[in-house]
Amino acid sequence: MTLKYTEDHEWIRVDGGIATVGITAHAQDALGDVVFVDLPEVGKSYAQKDTAGVVESVKAAADVYMPISGEVTEVNEDLRADPALANTDPMGAGWFFKVKLSAPDEVTALMDEAAYKALVA
Amino acid sequence: MAEDTSLLNTPLHALHLELGARMVPFAGYGMPVQYPAGLMAEHKHTRSAAGLFDVSHMGQLRLVGPGAAAAFESLMPVDVMGLGVDRQRYGLLLNDEGGIIDDLMFVNRGDHLFVIVNGACKAGDIAHMQARIGEQCQVVPMPERALLALQGPKAVDALARLVPGVDKLVFMTGGAFEWQGAKLYITRSGYTGEDGFEISVHESQAEALARTLLAQPEVQPIGLGARNSLRLEAGLCLYGNDIDTGTTPVEAALNWAMQKVRRTGGERAGGFPGADRVLAQLDGAQPVARKRVGLIALERVPVREHTELQDAEGHQIGEVTSGLLGPSIDQPIAMGYVTTAHAAIDTPVFALVRGKRVPMKVSAMPFVPQRYHRG
Repeated sequence: MTLKYTEDHEWIRVDGGIATVGITAHAQDALGDVVFVDLPEVGKSYAQKDTAGVVESVKAAADVYMPISGEVTEVNEDLRADPALANTDPMGAGWFFKVKLSAPDEVTALMDEAAYKALVA
Repeated sequence: MAEDTSLLNTPLHALHLELGARMVPFAGYGMPVQYPAGLMAEHKHTRSAAGLFDVSHMGQLRLVGPGAAAAFESLMPVDVMGLGVDRQRYGLLLNDEGGIIDDLMFVNRGDHLFVIVNGACKAGDIAHMQARIGEQCQVVPMPERALLALQGPKAVDALARLVPGVDKLVFMTGGAFEWQGAKLYITRSGYTGEDGFEISVHESQAEALARTLLAQPEVQPIGLGARNSLRLEAGLCLYGNDIDTGTTPVEAALNWAMQKVRRTGGERAGGFPGADRVLAQLDGAQPVARKRVGLIALERVPVREHTELQDAEGHQIGEVTSGLLGPSIDQPIAMGYVTTAHAAIDTPVFALVRGKRVPMKVSAMPFVPQRYHRG
C-alpha cells in the first residue's frame, strides 16, 4: 500500500490498482467547517488534474482534482450525508472517492509524506 | 503564514494572535476571520450566548457644528434633523445618480453627530463629506477610537455586569458610560440580528476592555467569518457585495431606511444626491427593473456570490450577491438581485452552480428571526 500527496492538498492511498482519495488535514483546517461536498460520478473516467468534485465550508469553496487518471468505482455517500467527516477524520472516514488506476505510473511522480510535510510546513 | 506588513493593525491585534486567530487582510487591516473554535461554533455561540467582535477597522467620525444635521441630511435620503438625542439610525450616502456610496449608522449626540461607516469606505466617505459639507460643519475623523461589538442574547448580562445601566438602553439608542475611568459610547445595535451592543472606546483602553469582556462566562471571541454568516441570516446587506455605487436604495429594497419626511410630499422632500431618480423609483414613476431579494435553495447546495440566477425557461434573471449555508437555519441561503417580475416571495428561480440548475425560491428576510431588545 502506497500513501501519496498532491500539491492540491489531497491524499491518495493505492492498494491493488485502486486508489482512495481525500483531502489532507491541512486542507480541511484551511477550509474550516466543511458543509458540502460534490462527488464525481461512479463509472465515469477522468484524466489526471480534471475537476472531480467540490468541497465547501461556510466561508469558501474549493475544487477537488483527480490526482491520477482512472475510472471512479465508488464515492463516499457517508461523506455526502455528513460533510463534517472531512474535518473530523480527513484521512479515514472522510475519504472522497475511489478510482481504478488507468496509468499507475502517475503515482510514482506524486509527493511522499516527507515531501508533503515540507510543503505545508 | 508570513505577516503582511502593509496591513494596519487594530488595537486588539496582539490579543487576536494570543487567542489563536487566523488573520486575513480585510479593508486594509489584518483581521481575525476565525478563532480556534471555528466559524460554525462561533456563529452558534453568538446566537445562544454572547460573542465579542473586533470591528475597529470601521470608520468613526464626528460631524460638529450647529449646521451638522442639516448638512448631513443633504447627503442622504434619510431624516437626520428629526432624530432625537441618543437615538441611532441607519443611513445611506448617495452619489448623484442615486447609487450607494456607503451605508452607515449615526447617532444624535446632542452637540454633534457620531457616525460609523464601513472600514473599506472610510477614506472615501470622509473625502466626500469634506467636499460636500465641509463648509457647513466640521468633519472630524476619530482614528483613536476602537470599536467592539458584543452580540447575542446574553450580551446584556455580560456587559451590564461591567457597565451598570446598559440594560436600560433599547434597540437603536445609545449613551455615554464609564468603565474603569474609560469613557465609552455604547449603542444597543449590531450586525447579527441578535440583541447586543457596539462599544466605542479609546484605543489605549480597548484591549483591557476586551480582555475583561472575554473573562465573562457568556463571552467568546468571534471572527469575521461568523460575522458574515450571522448578518446574512439576519438579512442585512454587506456593502461591496449586496449594495454598491451601482445600486440605488429602491433596487436594494432599503425603502424602510428612507423616512416619509424626505419622500415626495414630505416636509423636507428630496434635496439629496440622486433625489430625482430615487424619488421617481420610490413613487413608481420610474419603476426599478431589478430588486434585492432573499433566496433559499431547495437542495443542500451552497449558492455563492456571482452565481447566475435563471427563470424556469433558463433565461438569466439576475445574480447572487451573497450566499452560504446558514449555520443556524441549516439551509443554503442567499441574497441577490432579480428582475422585478421575479421578486415576489415564493417565486421559483434557479441558480446555475457548476453548470447544474439548483432550485431556489424567493424568500422573506430575515432568514432567522431578529431578536432586538425594543424595550
